[in-house]
Amino acid sequence: MTLLRIENVWKRYHDHDVLRGVDLAVRPHEVVCLIGSSGSGKSTLLRCVNLLETVDDGVIYLDDQDITAVRTDADEVRKRIGMVFQAYNLFPHMTVLENICLAPRKVHKVGRSRAEGDARDLLARFGLADKANAYPDRLSGGQQQRVAIIRALATQPRLILLDEVTSALDPALVTDVLGVIRELKEGGMTMILATHEMGFAREIADTVCFLDGGVLLERGTPEEIFTAPREPRTREFLRSVLESRRL
Amino acid sequence: MKGTAGRVKSERQVEREKLRRKRALRSGSIASASTFVFLVLVVLLITNSPGWDRVRETFFSWEAFTEALPDVVAGFWTNIQIFLIAEPLILLIGLLIALVREVKAPVFFPLRALAVVYVDVFRGVPTLLIILLVGFGLPALQLQGVPKDEIALGVIALTLSYSAYVAEVFRAGIGTVHPSQRSAARSLGLSHGQTMRHVVLPQAVRRVVPPLLNDFVSLQKDTALVSTIGVIESLRQAQIYASSKFNYTPYLVAALLFILLTIPMARFTDYLAARSERRRGA
Repeated sequence: MTLLRIENVWKRYHDHDVLRGVDLAVRPHEVVCLIGSSGSGKSTLLRCVNLLETVDDGVIYLDDQDITAVRTDADEVRKRIGMVFQAYNLFPHMTVLENICLAPRKVHKVGRSRAEGDARDLLARFGLADKANAYPDRLSGGQQQRVAIIRALATQPRLILLDEVTSALDPALVTDVLGVIRELKEGGMTMILATHEMGFAREIADTVCFLDGGVLLERGTPEEIFTAPREPRTREFLRSVLESRRL
Repeated sequence: MKGTAGRVKSERQVEREKLRRKRALRSGSIASASTFVFLVLVVLLITNSPGWDRVRETFFSWEAFTEALPDVVAGFWTNIQIFLIAEPLILLIGLLIALVREVKAPVFFPLRALAVVYVDVFRGVPTLLIILLVGFGLPALQLQGVPKDEIALGVIALTLSYSAYVAEVFRAGIGTVHPSQRSAARSLGLSHGQTMRHVVLPQAVRRVVPPLLNDFVSLQKDTALVSTIGVIESLRQAQIYASSKFNYTPYLVAALLFILLTIPMARFTDYLAARSERRRGA
């Protein structure tokens, strides 16, 4: 039983193939980490799953429904998928609480008091109870990103996509955000993460996928990928990451 | 001394602040003195010009001022009415046009094309010309339901002209909202319309308030143009008085009234800007 199935997906920007026939299956409760250098296609793959991009070939199934079909109602599909962005993308004209309640109220037609109650519960769970009425620009980057995760979570999606969610954060703030993701995993949330945090990927992933030039070159358990990668390109990538850490 | 409570300032800091106060005082005195000298020079220049006596008589006659004031003020009320009716219409139509141009569904192609033509035409033709065409052309069609009232025709003409401008202001505002905001909204499942309504427009409108108010000020002044199709507003009243008494002071009255109307608008803009600053900092 798979929750998400990506089959032979191609995506082309201008004259450049960003994704070149990617296959990936994600089971319920599975955490998949996408690793690879910038431009390898990690973000594009996530955007294709969320239908923010249309694929140029291939099929994506969500709960066995072909969501890449022309007749698919993209809004309906996105209701079931949460997405968190590198730059948080909170709505600056809304308070934290309004940011979180917008989709539950307008898309899922949840009543105001229930939506706000649920939002406050989530904020309390992630240590942000006192920020409910703050505007995003009053929060640190780490707090903003945690709010963004809560915002995605508030619609109770089947699947959450996290696109390099710690890349814009200063190292001291990364820990809090990773803590939230860890808690989501414990709660059984299905997630796909594009990430540069190798240590975290190793800890949290059930499956690690290495993308290189739009090709899903190698996949396996964290153990397999990080200790005994088969592909020379994977080894090279991991070595370069290690070296940059040492600097 | 919040924040540094309990701390005694160092002597160096006390000395610094004393010097700063002294400098501020000096800058203030210099500014006042130079403004005074400048004004005296301007007044001297004008009052010593060869034609000053004549100008004073025809433009600054107190008698003419008090005599014309009631009529010009009454006329000015018409300007205000035109403005108050036209402005909401302009905002509404301008916003609608901007939104129509954002809708990408193929069904709306004719509407979208119409919006483009509308903006091109009414922004391209001088406002005075639109007023003349609408004021004299529209009633001549003798269509059912077309108003004959000059004020209504003036409102229609100003609305046509200004809504084209305002539509472009709104569209520019919509364009400044970063695409990532739309991505975030769409990824939450919001439709195009909901994204516009809850995420894009609130941010866009806040950003275009200053240019919009600028257009309002311009509109307040352009209400005087409808005098050309026979509306007796402040400018026309002043004109009537001027041509019967050969005194131009009423023009000055009208000018003063327009300034009195636009200054509150300017302060209101400042107030809005300050408020949004405070709210973001709350």
